[in-house]
Amino acid sequence: MRRLQVLKSLVFDSLDTITKGSRRYNLWMGFLTFVMLVGMYCYSIQLEHGLSVTGMSDRVSWGLYISNFTFLVGVAAAAVMLVMPTYVLHDIDFKQAVLIGEGLAVAALIMCLAFVVADMGGPSVLWHMIPGIGVFNFPNSMLTWDVIVLNGYLFLNISIPFYILFRHYQGKESKSKVYVPGAILSVFWAVAIHLVTAFLYQGLQARPFWNNALLGPRFLASAFAAGPALIILVLAIIRRFTEFKIEDKTIKKIAMVVTVAAQINLIMLVSELFKEFYAPTHHSESAYYLFFGLHGKNALLPWIWTAIPLNVLATVMLTFHKLRNNLNVLYFCCFILFIAIWIEKGFGLIVPGFIPGPYGKIEEYMPTGVEIGVTLGIWALGAFVFTILAKTAIGIELGHLRYKKK
Amino acid sequence: MSKSKKWYSLDLGFNRKKESSGSCGCGKTSGGCQSHEKEMSDEAYLEAAVTASIGEEVKKDGFEQVFDVKMDRRTAFKKLTASLLIGAGAVSTSCSVVSGDDTKEKAQIDWEEQFKGNYKLMTDNEKSATVERLMRSYELRTGKNISMTSENAKEDVLFGYAFNISKCQGYMDCVNACIEENNQDRNSEMQYIRIHEMKDGKGLKFDESDDNYYHEVPAEGHFYMGTQCFHCDNPPCVEVCPVQATWREDDGLVVIDYDWCVGCRYCMAACPYDGRRFNWSKPEVPEKEINKNQHYLGNRMRKKGVMEKCTFCVQRSRKGQNPACVEACPTGARIFGNLLDPNSTIRWVLENKKVFRLKEDLGTEPKFWYFMD
Ligand code: SF4
Ligand code: SF4
Repeated sequence: MRRLQVLKSLVFDSLDTITKGSRRYNLWMGFLTFVMLVGMYCYSIQLEHGLSVTGMSDRVSWGLYISNFTFLVGVAAAAVMLVMPTYVLHDIDFKQAVLIGEGLAVAALIMCLAFVVADMGGPSVLWHMIPGIGVFNFPNSMLTWDVIVLNGYLFLNISIPFYILFRHYQGKESKSKVYVPGAILSVFWAVAIHLVTAFLYQGLQARPFWNNALLGPRFLASAFAAGPALIILVLAIIRRFTEFKIEDKTIKKIAMVVTVAAQINLIMLVSELFKEFYAPTHHSESAYYLFFGLHGKNALLPWIWTAIPLNVLATVMLTFHKLRNNLNVLYFCCFILFIAIWIEKGFGLIVPGFIPGPYGKIEEYMPTGVEIGVTLGIWALGAFVFTILAKTAIGIELGHLRYKKK
Repeated sequence: MSKSKKWYSLDLGFNRKKESSGSCGCGKTSGGCQSHEKEMSDEAYLEAAVTASIGEEVKKDGFEQVFDVKMDRRTAFKKLTASLLIGAGAVSTSCSVVSGDDTKEKAQIDWEEQFKGNYKLMTDNEKSATVERLMRSYELRTGKNISMTSENAKEDVLFGYAFNISKCQGYMDCVNACIEENNQDRNSEMQYIRIHEMKDGKGLKFDESDDNYYHEVPAEGHFYMGTQCFHCDNPPCVEVCPVQATWREDDGLVVIDYDWCVGCRYCMAACPYDGRRFNWSKPEVPEKEINKNQHYLGNRMRKKGVMEKCTFCVQRSRKGQNPACVEACPTGARIFGNLLDPNSTIRWVLENKKVFRLKEDLGTEPKFWYFMD
């Protein structure tokens, strides 16, 4: 009974904090709301006319939505890079960062689910996928695995921070006996969500571009680069605009993670390029299309040739301690690395899988305005969710939010 | 499914389970249909008249035949939420007091259709109940009758197809026959069959072929090859579907339940043969061109946002007829038949010609062979 009361008061208190804020905060939230509304409008157009309002076609049947989904799974998985040292290795430095990281994971997962729903042709019959009510093609379909691991991960990432914050809210210490097993589980789980998502593509013998054994590991490497890079940027913003204290040491440790992951990612990229271009086969055509264009069709060239230099530049800069330890340079590196991986893991991965088609036909893909609108709307949704979560968490951690017995 | 690489000598049909047709609670269409006897109520008559004059109704796709809701942006949202809340929308219509018998019956049908299960798992009674409902629903909406069946696979039948490359001249009669037979969307010009025009002397160069030609055929120095869904015996498209909306029937046909498909397009990515087509927008067929001899798994009207593909004309082949493409081909390049019947033409072709299949290395075991004279 008492717990319920505390919960109620927590909900009210957090509602209170998230609705009040500085002018800048209000502008930010207002802006996000506006973008979300635009996204919803675009989605309503899509609902009315069907997916024909997107740039997708029978030849390229997945596009911007699935690209973003894939990328965001990686971002979600990256929260683990902070969880592990904090909870498992008792590295106190990360303690503040970890709540932020988990908030980010929750926001990223919500965006993932939103992207999947946006991509569905029949969102009104999605209940067919609910185990028990519908038919769940488990274990044959990798998509069902993905549904399980994503939702499980979402649950883990909501419940662990919730438990900790709930205790802190009442002015109590959280018991490590309770959350450490969950944290350890979530470490494995994070690897699972990303590997399973890679298997989604890797398991298709019809698409040689995806059907290679390196896809899964490369997913992990790039995720552990892009995710923590985003966390660094977010921490930088939080440090700037709130009183929440995050030490330089924490950011530098995360930077180390980013650096190693980016280096591994680059090595794998080289290995992939070597295989595709040293002894090109019929199956290398997608890679040719991606990097050089095929038969005069080259819509992806500007994208990939933005991504590769950014990726290399960021990795090289991060490798030098001097540069990495300069926070402004670090932020810049993280930013370009994030963009580079977003392109590479989204567009650069999904679209070439379909080009050339099963019989060598090349039909290009360009997202339409509606599609971009929905995508931006979902990103805004993610940012909105994250802002709410972070604001509450920071409020509790700073002690502004405390349960008062009335 | 027994996995034998020699698919036609070792049969897949003998260890088939006999399905008991248990009773079901779903066949209650007659519950709210006192109006069955009245041939056409005033309301329906009016509707039909309006239809005839403005031709609005005919543009409705399967989805709207079922839901009959005009989706403007606001109701689209409402509808979505309603469906997600397990059909709150349908409840409100079926409880509506002001509606007449027909409307009530429609609502009743909509309700049952929205929450029916996966066709693959239905008993025979449930199958015929849903077919009844769909036919009645069509009648209520348009005043016209269609005939739809839910015929199951026959014993000891495994369908296969062979394509004679030497004979095909690229006339595309098969393509047109297929569109008409299978009620394919006319707006997006959906075609299950693609005819690839290839240059002589270059071998099978699919990537240099043209599957979208508009000139007189046969073109000098070219030969033609048709592709469509190959009804793989080990179909990757079936494995990946998260809701089992697509499956291999016992007679080897790979089919889709259009009402169960959620439109994720995973199967499309998994198909190595470009066999699948998606309804990116509302499929439209002019009322007078609709083929009214339908099968639940075949050419019945589709809705927006679902997958479809060649079914070897299940509505015809299960009645012992040839698919429309085979019938329409003027050159005799297309051969269809039962692989388990030793006297069938297809077996003769397989035993006497040098046949091959596409992308054998993928292990999909297509039941579609090519050969030359
Ligand atoms: S050809 Fe494609 S759609 Fe047809 S059964 Fe094979 S994999 Fe499935
Ligand atoms: S599009 Fe439909 S049939 Fe294909 S995998 Fe998705 S739910 Fe299954």
